[in-house]
Amino acid sequence: MDASPAEMARLAGQRPPRPRRRLPPWAISWIQVSPLALILFVLFAAPTGLFAVVSFFDYDRVGIYPAFLLDNYKDLFTTPATWRIYVSSLRFAVIVWAITLFLGFNIAQFLVFHVRTARVRILLFMLCAIPFWTSAIIRTIAWIPFLGRNGAFNTMLMELHLASHPLDFLLFSDFSVILTYVHLYTLLMIGPIANSLSKIDPALLEAARDSGASRFQILRWIVIPLARTGIALGSILVFTQVMGDYFVVKRMSGGQSASIVSALSTEIQAMQYPPASANAVVLVVFVAILVGLMMRVVDVRKELVS
Amino acid sequence: MAARKPARAREPRPFTFYLLGGLMGLFLLFLYGPMVIIYLLSFQGPNGGVTFPMVGVSTKWFADIVKPGQMANIPVSFGRSIELAVVVCILTVVISFAAGLGFRRRFPGAALLFYIAIASLVMPSLLVGFGIGLGFQMLDLPQGLFTSALGAQLTWTLPFGLLTMFAVVARFNRSYEEAATDLGATPWQRLRWVTIPILLPGIIGVAVGAFTLSYDEYARTTLTIGSYNTLPLEIYALISSDSTPVLFAIGTVTTAVSFLLIGVTLVFITRMQRRRRVRI
Repeated sequence: MDASPAEMARLAGQRPPRPRRRLPPWAISWIQVSPLALILFVLFAAPTGLFAVVSFFDYDRVGIYPAFLLDNYKDLFTTPATWRIYVSSLRFAVIVWAITLFLGFNIAQFLVFHVRTARVRILLFMLCAIPFWTSAIIRTIAWIPFLGRNGAFNTMLMELHLASHPLDFLLFSDFSVILTYVHLYTLLMIGPIANSLSKIDPALLEAARDSGASRFQILRWIVIPLARTGIALGSILVFTQVMGDYFVVKRMSGGQSASIVSALSTEIQAMQYPPASANAVVLVVFVAILVGLMMRVVDVRKELVS
Repeated sequence: MAARKPARAREPRPFTFYLLGGLMGLFLLFLYGPMVIIYLLSFQGPNGGVTFPMVGVSTKWFADIVKPGQMANIPVSFGRSIELAVVVCILTVVISFAAGLGFRRRFPGAALLFYIAIASLVMPSLLVGFGIGLGFQMLDLPQGLFTSALGAQLTWTLPFGLLTMFAVVARFNRSYEEAATDLGATPWQRLRWVTIPILLPGIIGVAVGAFTLSYDEYARTTLTIGSYNTLPLEIYALISSDSTPVLFAIGTVTTAVSFLLIGVTLVFITRMQRRRRVRI
């Protein structure tokens, strides 16, 4: 086993093969990941660094000028609208997170523990996943004819005599915003949680049952702790999607409220890049802190890569 | 397994099965209900509006999409979206497959690269586009479909492709590769005849995912596209200006394209797996 191919060839009296320079394993890995690394550095890390720098620049109506000013941040934090938007986005994020977590966890449980054949499980999972591969814009506006004053839902209520007049709060309200978010993002919970649950050894659950654990105790002390990676990953995805939302609030709230990003895009359209950049930096730091807190719960990397 | 099956099937279902099953059913209704309504409304009669009732049935709104006139941009932008999606798809498959293999070993910088990929995935999309657009503007580079927009979309499809590859590679038994090496395969032969065929279903999954993500992408593309819109950008512009069922017709068509692609892929993967089972 210790003899290298070259030595073996020599022992066998043959000419040794052309000596090949073998790269160390980490160098092979570097070559394999280098295109990914290059693209992410040039197109993600560098532009992020760029707007962090621009956030300190000076600007007027015609251009932006290199400087080191804190005015953009000062303006941002002293505007009451900023705080209002952050509070309202965070409120949406928390509500949507709670609903998608409930739905996602229970649907994942059903798929993994209750469906008995792999064929049905894959079919149901595909049914949940397919809408995710279709346009988010179309899925957002699809609610309009459903929820509107003369929409399908109101018509149905009236025909069934459950309501005497159309319900107005359904569309262009906080309700329709939350509904749309849940519609768009529940899959982001189902996927990671189902992945975590499918790694649980069924023997573990059987052992708990045999030892007299109740259904609730199994859920509380075995299933939820073992699903925490999926829960954390799903929570991160849902939270960041809602905080970074661009068009759901704009389309579905009826113009009563803005999201952080849609407010920022107004500044971009006005070519006010430095204040827009400051706004972007604050949002990124805010999201990074939230994600960092959730990552503390679990080592997502260890669970994913291994 | 087969012998156990009948015994298991006779086991009574716990009440939670019905509870969660009911929830699942309601969720699917919630997921597809509004979509079905826009598909129906896209066949609205020529005098009908954007809500029920249906005033007759017609395909007028589908015809309007391709009729020269105010909708002229839709077919062209559809073509652009498809071209971009094909390029994004190919690059994503190749790059994330290579990276997925690379991440199987420890290497210096692995953690950093992993966290950058995650950051790129969870970063508010519009901000990614903003940063890239700003960079192109400051360096005086031409913004366009295959420059800035392509780059912006890759920051979204590559982390997705990488995470999918992690899941695919984690289920891959490396002893197949070791066996190939022991039997004298060169690294290329091993990749070509062992690793790629075994991982092919997962690779196809990455390809379809990347294609549809690119084809429907809005927030990262809007600030990086330059002067010629892709389909989602055209649709978004139409939402504010148009209030006829033509919007729903476009929605029906784009969804049909996505569904067609997913359907063809599923059939393909199922066939491939069935054939493999037969061969074994």
